[in-house]
Amino acid sequence: MKTLQNTFKELTRYPSAIFGLAIIAFLIILSIYAMVSIPYSEAIRLWRGGEGIWYKNPKYAAPEWINFIRPNKLPTTIYLSSQAGSAEKTITQDKQGNNAITITAKFDYPYNTVPPDMAIYFASKYTNKQPYASITWLTPDGREIRVADFAVAQSEVYWFSQDTKLQRRLAGLEPQQGLFMLDPSAGLSTPVKGTYQLNIKVITFEPDTDLDAEFILYGRVSGIAGTDHLRRDLKIALLWGTPIALAFGLLAALGTTVTTLVIAACSVWFGGWVDSLIQRITQVNMVLPFLPILIMVGTFYSHSIWVILGATIILSIFGAGILTNRAIFLQVKESAYIEAARAYGASSWRIIFQYLVPRIIPTLIPQLVVLIPGFVFLEASLAVLGLGDPTLPTWGKIINDAQRNGALYAGLYYWVLEPAALLMISGLAFAMLGFSLDRIFNPKLRGL
Amino acid sequence: MSEATVSVEEIKGQAPVKRKAATRTLSRVARYTGTRLVILFITVVIGVYLTILIANMGGYVDQIQRGQIQEAVSMQFANDPTFKTLSAEEKVTRMSETIQIQEKRLGLDKPFLLRSFTFLRNALTLNLGRALQMASDSGSKQVKLIILERLPATLVLFGTANLLLFFAELIIALSLSRQYGSFMDKVFITLSPTSAAPGWFYGIFLILIFAALLHILPFGGMVDAPPPSSTIGYLLSMLKHMILPLTAITLSQIFLNAYTWRTFFLIYSSEDYVEMAKAKGLHSREIERGYILRPTLPTIVTTFTFIIIGMWTGAPIFETVFQWPGLGRQIFMAVGLYDTPVIVGSTIIYAYLLVITVFLLDFIYALVDPRVKVGGSEGREG
Repeated sequence: MKTLQNTFKELTRYPSAIFGLAIIAFLIILSIYAMVSIPYSEAIRLWRGGEGIWYKNPKYAAPEWINFIRPNKLPTTIYLSSQAGSAEKTITQDKQGNNAITITAKFDYPYNTVPPDMAIYFASKYTNKQPYASITWLTPDGREIRVADFAVAQSEVYWFSQDTKLQRRLAGLEPQQGLFMLDPSAGLSTPVKGTYQLNIKVITFEPDTDLDAEFILYGRVSGIAGTDHLRRDLKIALLWGTPIALAFGLLAALGTTVTTLVIAACSVWFGGWVDSLIQRITQVNMVLPFLPILIMVGTFYSHSIWVILGATIILSIFGAGILTNRAIFLQVKESAYIEAARAYGASSWRIIFQYLVPRIIPTLIPQLVVLIPGFVFLEASLAVLGLGDPTLPTWGKIINDAQRNGALYAGLYYWVLEPAALLMISGLAFAMLGFSLDRIFNPKLRGL
Repeated sequence: MSEATVSVEEIKGQAPVKRKAATRTLSRVARYTGTRLVILFITVVIGVYLTILIANMGGYVDQIQRGQIQEAVSMQFANDPTFKTLSAEEKVTRMSETIQIQEKRLGLDKPFLLRSFTFLRNALTLNLGRALQMASDSGSKQVKLIILERLPATLVLFGTANLLLFFAELIIALSLSRQYGSFMDKVFITLSPTSAAPGWFYGIFLILIFAALLHILPFGGMVDAPPPSSTIGYLLSMLKHMILPLTAITLSQIFLNAYTWRTFFLIYSSEDYVEMAKAKGLHSREIERGYILRPTLPTIVTTFTFIIIGMWTGAPIFETVFQWPGLGRQIFMAVGLYDTPVIVGSTIIYAYLLVITVFLLDFIYALVDPRVKVGGSEGREG
C-alpha cells in the first residue's frame, strides 16, 4: 500500500502521467456512462436495427456541433407527426359518414442549404377501399405547389426525392431542392426562408377509415455524433466502443503479461526439458506470422471478439517478453532468499508464486500499461479489415464502415475523425502513463 | 564492416599460437552449427505445419472446396445444352465422374491428414504449387509467380521506409543523446507516446488532409491509372504515391524509436570507460564511434536484420488503407478466398528468411562482439 502511494506521488511529478491518468479516468467514466445509459442488449438492438428503428434519422449527417463553427448553419431534422400532435390533424365528416382528414405540418426553415431528402410515412386503417391523399406544399411567399396525389396503403412511404413527376413540375430540379426555390426554372439558388406548410388532404371511402402521417425533413446534421449510411446514430458505437476497447486492451495486456511471467518463472525454476520446450515453442511462435494467423482465425473460425482475444493472447505469450523475463528470473533464482526458501523446504509452486513472480511485478506494471494501446489498435485494425465482431459496435467498425462507404472521398470527415480521435487519445493516454511508470520502476532510466 | 574484419584478424592472429585450441574451436563451431541448423529446421517444420493446419481449418477447407466443385459441375450440366439429350441416370453418372476428376485434380480424394504431409513436404522444398482461386496479374496460377509479382511493391515501399527510418533514427538518437536535456530532446520524449498508433492510423489522417481536403496527393495505389508509359514518368508517379505511406510510417515510428535508441545510447554513455575516454580528452566523434557505437553494435545489427525481415512480410492493414498492391494485402485477399497454397507459400518464405537470419545472427555477433564465442558456454541455450 505504501509503495503504491509512493508510486502515485512520484507519478504526479510527471505531467504526461497526470495527463494520461486524466484521460484514462475520462474514458472509464465514459464507459460507465455508456453501460448505464444504454444497456448492452439495447445497444446491440439499436446497432443492428435497420430502417425500422432509425427511419427518423438522416443518412450521412454530420454532428450537430459543427453548426457552432460554421458560418452557414446546416439544417437539422424536422419531424412532425399527426399522431404525436406536432402536425395538426382535423377530421370532418360528410353526409355518408365518411371522414375527410386534413393534416397540416408547419415548420420554419431558416437555412441556406436545402435538406438532403424529405419523406412522409403514412399509417392508415381501412377495410377495403384505400383512402386517397392529395399533398400540397405552401411556400413562405404564398405559392401553393401540388406535390402528389395517390391512394394510401396501410403503411406507405412517400419519398419526395423519388417523385419524378414532381421533379418535372419543378422544372427538372430535384423536389427536395425545387420546393425551396423562389423560381425553380431559374435553377438552384438559396432557399426561401420562412414558414413552410405541408397540407395533406385525405378523402376516405369508408366510415371508420383513419390516417396518420409523419413528415420528416431530413437534416444535414444530427445528434452529438452524426449518423452513418444506415441512419444509425454514431453516438451508440462511439460510447460503446469505449468499454469494448478498454476491456480488450486491458484483458489482452493482462493475459499476455501475467501468463508470460508465470511461464518464464516455470521455465527458469524447473529448467531442463521444461525450459527447452518453452524455448522451442517461443521459436516456433516466432516463425508464425502474427497478423495473417489472426486474420485467418477471424475469417475461418469466428468473428467473435473473445476468440480473437484468445488467439491474440496465445500468439503474444510466447514472444520476446518471455526471453526478457527469463533473463531477469535467471538472476533472481540465484538470490539468497530463494536459497533460504529452498532450505526450509518450500515447494516449487510456492517458490514460483510467492518468491519469484512477485519479485518482478514492478517491471510488469509499466510493461502491461505500455502494451494496452497496441492491443486497442489491434482490435481496431482487425475491424478495419472487416474482421470485427459483427454484433458489437466498436470504433474500428465505424472506421471500417466509413472506409467502405468512401467517407473520405465524399468529404464525410466526421465519420472517420470521431472514432479516430477516441482511438488516438486512449492510445496516447496509456502510452504516456506507461512511459512515466517505466521511468519510475526502471532504475536504469531514472533521470534519463 | 571494417571493425568486423578486425576481429576476424584477431582470431586469425591467435590461431598459430595454439593449434590444438584452433581445431577444438573448429569442431565446436561445426557441432554447434549442426545442432543449431537441425533445431531451426525442426522449428520451421512445426511452424509451417501449424500454419497448414490453421489455413485448412483442420481439413474444413476441403469440404468448402468439395461444395464449390459440386455446385460448379451441376451448374455446368444444367446450362450446357449438349447434356440435355442424356437420360437422368446417365447424367448423374457423368456428373459424379466429373466431380471425381475435379476432386482428384485438387487432391481431395485422399484424406486430409495424408495430404497435409504432402503440403508440408512441398512447402519445405519450396514447391509452392498452384493457387486455388487467385491468379497473378499476368494470369498465372503459380503461387510462386503470384508472390513474386507482389514482392517488388512491398519491397520498394517498406524497404525505402525501413532503411531510411533506421538510419535517420540512429542519427537523431545520437544527436539527441549528445544534447541530452535540450529542447529537441524534450520534443522527442513528449512525442514518443504518439507511436502507440500504427501506421495505417496516421495514413487515414494523411489521406484526409492531403488527398481529400487539399487534393495534392493521390488517395492510394502505386501508380497513376493508366500508368505512364515512360520509365521516368512511371518512377515519378510511384514516388508521388509513396509520399503519404512513407510519411505515415515515419510518423508512427520515428519518435518512439529515436527516443528508445537515445535512452539506450545514454545508458551506455554513462559507463565508466566513456567517462575515462572523456577525461583523456578524446574528440566527441571518437568517443561516439569507439566507445558508444562499438559496444552497442550487436543490438544495432540485430535490430537492422529484423527490419530487413520485416520488409518481406508487408503489412495487410497498411497496404489495404493505401491500396498498395503488396504482399500483405495479397495474404489478406488469399485468406478471404480460402486460398491455402498462397497463405502457406507466403508463410514458408517468411519462415525460411527468419530462421536463416537468426542462424546468421549468431555468427555476426561473434564477428562484431569479441566477447561472444560461437557455440561457447552461451550456445547451450540456442
